[in-house]
Amino acid sequence: MELFANQVLAGIATGAIYACMALAVVMIYQAIDHLNFAQGEMAMFSTFVSWQLMQWGVPYWGAFVLTVAFSFAAGIVIERLLFKPLAKAPILTNVAGFIALYAIINSVAGLIWDFTIKQYPTPFGSSPFLGSQLISTHQAGMIGITLLMLALLFFFFRFTRVGLAMRAAASLPESARLVGINTSWMIALGWGMASAIGSIAGMMIAPVVFLEPNMMLGVLIYGFAAAVLGGLTSPFGAVMGGFLVGIFENLVGTYIPGVGNELKLPIALALIIVVLVVKPAGLFGRAIVKRV
Amino acid sequence: MSAAEEIVTEAPAVEAVPKRAMTLGYGTSLVVLAALILIPLFVKNFIIFQMTMLLIYALAVMALNILTGGSGQFSLGQSAFYAVGAYTSAILMEHAGMNYALTLPIAGIVCFGFGFLFGQPALRLSGVYLALATFALATAMPQLLKLGYFEHWTGGVQGLVVTKPDAPFGLPMSQDMWLYYFTLAVSIGIYLASVNLLRSRSGRAFMAIRDNEIAASAMGVDVALYKTLAFGVSAGITGVAGGLGAIAVQFVAPDGYTIQLAISLFLGMVVGGVGWLPGSIVGSAFIIFVPNIAEGISKGLSGAVFGVLLFLVIFLVPHGARQIAIIAQQLAAKFKKN
Repeated sequence: MELFANQVLAGIATGAIYACMALAVVMIYQAIDHLNFAQGEMAMFSTFVSWQLMQWGVPYWGAFVLTVAFSFAAGIVIERLLFKPLAKAPILTNVAGFIALYAIINSVAGLIWDFTIKQYPTPFGSSPFLGSQLISTHQAGMIGITLLMLALLFFFFRFTRVGLAMRAAASLPESARLVGINTSWMIALGWGMASAIGSIAGMMIAPVVFLEPNMMLGVLIYGFAAAVLGGLTSPFGAVMGGFLVGIFENLVGTYIPGVGNELKLPIALALIIVVLVVKPAGLFGRAIVKRV
Repeated sequence: MSAAEEIVTEAPAVEAVPKRAMTLGYGTSLVVLAALILIPLFVKNFIIFQMTMLLIYALAVMALNILTGGSGQFSLGQSAFYAVGAYTSAILMEHAGMNYALTLPIAGIVCFGFGFLFGQPALRLSGVYLALATFALATAMPQLLKLGYFEHWTGGVQGLVVTKPDAPFGLPMSQDMWLYYFTLAVSIGIYLASVNLLRSRSGRAFMAIRDNEIAASAMGVDVALYKTLAFGVSAGITGVAGGLGAIAVQFVAPDGYTIQLAISLFLGMVVGGVGWLPGSIVGSAFIIFVPNIAEGISKGLSGAVFGVLLFLVIFLVPHGARQIAIIAQQLAAKFKKN
């Protein structure tokens, strides 16, 4: 039983990484109805920016705030320049666009900061949390930040005018335009917010997986799995999905013989397929009913 | 975020392409064919090898094109089918000592079955969800091939070495050249079969599903059957391409069939023009040669150059090579009038 509890705790600790990323994935999905395959690379680039700022002597939280602001602006710029013209294009063209963006960001980051692995600082320290060996203060801090972001998002969407406008633009764009909402800018805002959340996720993840241009690939796939599990329409579901994927991954690795590290990724992916087939809306998502 | 979205008719994910516009005219086809037959006689072995790969990837891109352009389903998982085909051929040749040409139909059949089965759960998914599920399949495939359990057959991480076949009947040809003509013959056969498939009753059923699923089922098309069938056919052709690829490269290893390959094939389809079968060879040329060109322009920034080129294609010619072909046709018509 103690083994079980420990594995669950360790799962929550890794799950926090996925939860962060899943939150960004769901955010962009809400705004544009697409999964952004370049999301991980955008987060990685932001993390490098914050690292560079710290190298120039900016204190951690200063760099943090500047990076979030930078990412927000960069997300909007990318949307305005590259994806707004593609809004009417078929979904295939959009996916190709995401892949192109992925290649560009990855390559540029590699050129500026090269591919060596870098240490990344954590503001929370890395001593054991409350005397537990399985979860460090950094991981506890990361969980805290994820939950804080979730709460802020909830308040933003629930209680502000802009949040309401964004929800309207996402669910019924035609009607939203009729009541005077600029839906095009709402999409840009969605990109900015997703990019900013992604940058926070990147800065939280980097101390664990270390900083390098390819750090996000695996994380993004788990993030997708988490988002699908929790439901692509629900930020809360995405965070829960992240924790569940983390726990699931750890328990399977412990209790099912023959599943070593090499099979962890296929298992996350099998989870995606099973969830999509059994309950496509995810655990916390709302099923979308279509009138024909 | 409303619970019910009112969508009267959903915009199709893939633009409708009339079936006449899916192929080339008679004369143009013959010119392309003549070029494909004659060029290898005048170039070096390495270029012949590259042209063989061009044909092989064109086959795989075309397979995806049948799935997406024909039946309107997505796949980012073609590399998984390609890998299964490659491994089937390699294992049959190396462990069972079978003739290379005989392994291809078997690779095709195995992949057809695999694709058909994968099509079953995929039936419930559409659009981005299907992209995600197939993406998952492609990412998982190298890990599955590395499994210790199959290592006796697959050679694990090391993979398998495949012997390159000699030209038969004592023909005075290098191995590369023989393999090229062999691949060309297989490709032409599959291309003709695909064109006929899309023109047949089944092809019309695919396209009806692509354009409007509900209308199609109202007309009596068995949507579930044809959707899985499209997956099966696409996987089968990809499997044959994979088998040919294994023979041409003389080597199979798990890391040759990563998600990178699936993404390349996908990009090849977009660049070649979705739903335009001859575009497959243009798309294939794009994914083989453009990374090299990008590397030539800037070594450190090859990824960025590739991405920028891709964006240029998306923005300037969103319908890919098909659009260029149509423009060329119109220009030619104008020229004739004058």
